[in-house]
Amino acid sequence: MDDSTQPSRRQLLGLIGRAGGAAAMYQAMTALGHAAETQFDGPPVLSGAKPGASVVVLGAGLAGMVAAYELEKAGYQVKILEFQDRPGGRNYTLRGGDSFTESDGTVQKVQFAPGNYINPGPWRIPHHHNCLLHYCRKFGVAMEPFIQLNHNGFIHSSEAFGGQPQRYKAVATDFRGHTSELLAKAANAKALDASISAEDKEKLLEALRHWGVLDANMAYSSSIAVSAQRGYDRPPGGGVGGAPTPSQIAKLGDVLDPQVWTAMSFYFNYVMQTTMFQPVGGMDMIGKAFAQQVGKLITYNAKVMKVAQNGKGVTVSYRDVPSGKVNKLSADWCVCTIPLSIISQVEMQVGPKLAAAMKAVPYAGQLKMGLEFKRRFWEEDDNIYGGHSFTDQPIAQLSYPNDRFFSSGPAVLLGAFARDAGAFELTGMTPQERIEAALAQGEIFHPQYRKEFLNGVSVPWSRVPWILGCTSRWSEENRAAHYDNLVAIDGRVVLAGEHASYYGGWMEGSLLSGIDAITRIHQRTQAA
Amino acid sequence: MTLRRALIAVPPLLALLAAPAQGDTPGGAQAKNKAVDGAKVYKQICAACHMPNAMGSGGGAIPALAKDRKLADPAYPVNIVMKGKGAMPPMNEMLSPAQVAAVITYVRTNFGNAYPQPVTEADVKRLAK
Repeated sequence: MDDSTQPSRRQLLGLIGRAGGAAAMYQAMTALGHAAETQFDGPPVLSGAKPGASVVVLGAGLAGMVAAYELEKAGYQVKILEFQDRPGGRNYTLRGGDSFTESDGTVQKVQFAPGNYINPGPWRIPHHHNCLLHYCRKFGVAMEPFIQLNHNGFIHSSEAFGGQPQRYKAVATDFRGHTSELLAKAANAKALDASISAEDKEKLLEALRHWGVLDANMAYSSSIAVSAQRGYDRPPGGGVGGAPTPSQIAKLGDVLDPQVWTAMSFYFNYVMQTTMFQPVGGMDMIGKAFAQQVGKLITYNAKVMKVAQNGKGVTVSYRDVPSGKVNKLSADWCVCTIPLSIISQVEMQVGPKLAAAMKAVPYAGQLKMGLEFKRRFWEEDDNIYGGHSFTDQPIAQLSYPNDRFFSSGPAVLLGAFARDAGAFELTGMTPQERIEAALAQGEIFHPQYRKEFLNGVSVPWSRVPWILGCTSRWSEENRAAHYDNLVAIDGRVVLAGEHASYYGGWMEGSLLSGIDAITRIHQRTQAA
Repeated sequence: MTLRRALIAVPPLLALLAAPAQGDTPGGAQAKNKAVDGAKVYKQICAACHMPNAMGSGGGAIPALAKDRKLADPAYPVNIVMKGKGAMPPMNEMLSPAQVAAVITYVRTNFGNAYPQPVTEADVKRLAK
């Protein structure tokens, strides 16, 4: 194909969009197989920036850094003010030697062995987050698979299976089998005849027989065929005594426990579907890659005090934290990515609609814990390589490392990814109490825990001083009342970040929001 | 009724269940917090952000509950706990009205607050409408 004569996909879609409107473009995209993955269709094209036009960006997280990167490339004068002494914001990684200070001054020293880490914030990347993956590809961030669905992980409910953890593959097969049997019974008892044609009923019964691994009587029962999905008591072997023996299926009442079907449905979520990725060596490789591009624009340890504006530009007052000195920085425009959970600490000269929107967004307060153990017993003893185990206890889940499988020496697993009440309960504890709780709750899955434990660290987002929360959590009601006002340009100020997106809590949302914000600023400067 | 109206008229509980789990959250189901007495609910839920001494954090970003005159009127804390405010999420799904009543009564009589009239489960249900 000759690039000079063939329109690019982007150009083609633009053409169709101009000729036939958005609906035509969407149809064309669907036909090309590109729709509904992400709203990202290539980096912004900001041509013809006015010489000397300037933008100050508040926050060197991903939203701020992508905004700065693309603006500078387009010819704008850009400066970034960052409260912390490092780039990346929530995109960061804790390794041995790092320390983490909570909002009440509590300090934890991370003691992990070299190479081990946890990603307290973002940690997995959907394959369709094309904007993020575009920049990772562009900046050469090495990626590896994030093992999301592991059929050999556990699920645990204190209300079912006598409190004993079960393998995901066993209970997922049992859920499918029992519900298939019930639906087949209903169909055969003519209970569905009003809703289904005779032909479709036959098709349905055939599907249930295979899908649910039902026996000749259309019942779900223990058998070698069922064990070929849920696992065996004795798996197939070779030579003498090679024949497998079947495992016993679980009871319907246990299988209907919410822990079973919520675990199954979890993996159906658009953002949770395989393939997922993680950067090799830690999530902060992405923030660092951006900082390689825009690091020279960043002023660190800068606590923003006030954002003032008039019709012509903005003036940001900020304190240099080490010296206490207050400085001022003026620019034509301001992109503010400061999380809404702490923006009340900044005097923002904005209109009433944006001011109300900034106060309208609740934040989730999740908590993660990294636990280092002497060896990978989950691999060596339990055949679990990456993926998750779920529990209804406060720790909510364990996640096993996705890298360096089969290696010897200490390894770190995610010992808690707590949310809601469970996260609050763990957050309210001291770091030592959290470790004890994580060990007590996690050893239900792995009795090896106490013997193999070395050290651990907990990151309760509600007590992370520079955000005091984890991610925005818009309700539909708040979204309807305030979202448009939150993202609208207010004079010379525009907000960006995951909270200014429909991808709350995902890096993709931060980037798409940052790109959208600067694209609109650019349009304003062009129109002026 | 237009289609748009019909969509908006979905009952709140159903809307919540139908809401897509778009954030990066843990999988599986969580057991409810079962604490019954106010001190325990405070320790297990509120202390995460408002801190064990109820002094809040972040220079007022998360407000102190200690010596808080606004607690004099029970409707004020009941509405904030049940409906949320600012970055604070609503607790009406996480806690029962009885738990909310217990913890508000506890805060109103501790941390330098002295409003001895207990807040009851019925008060919570009545005030949070």
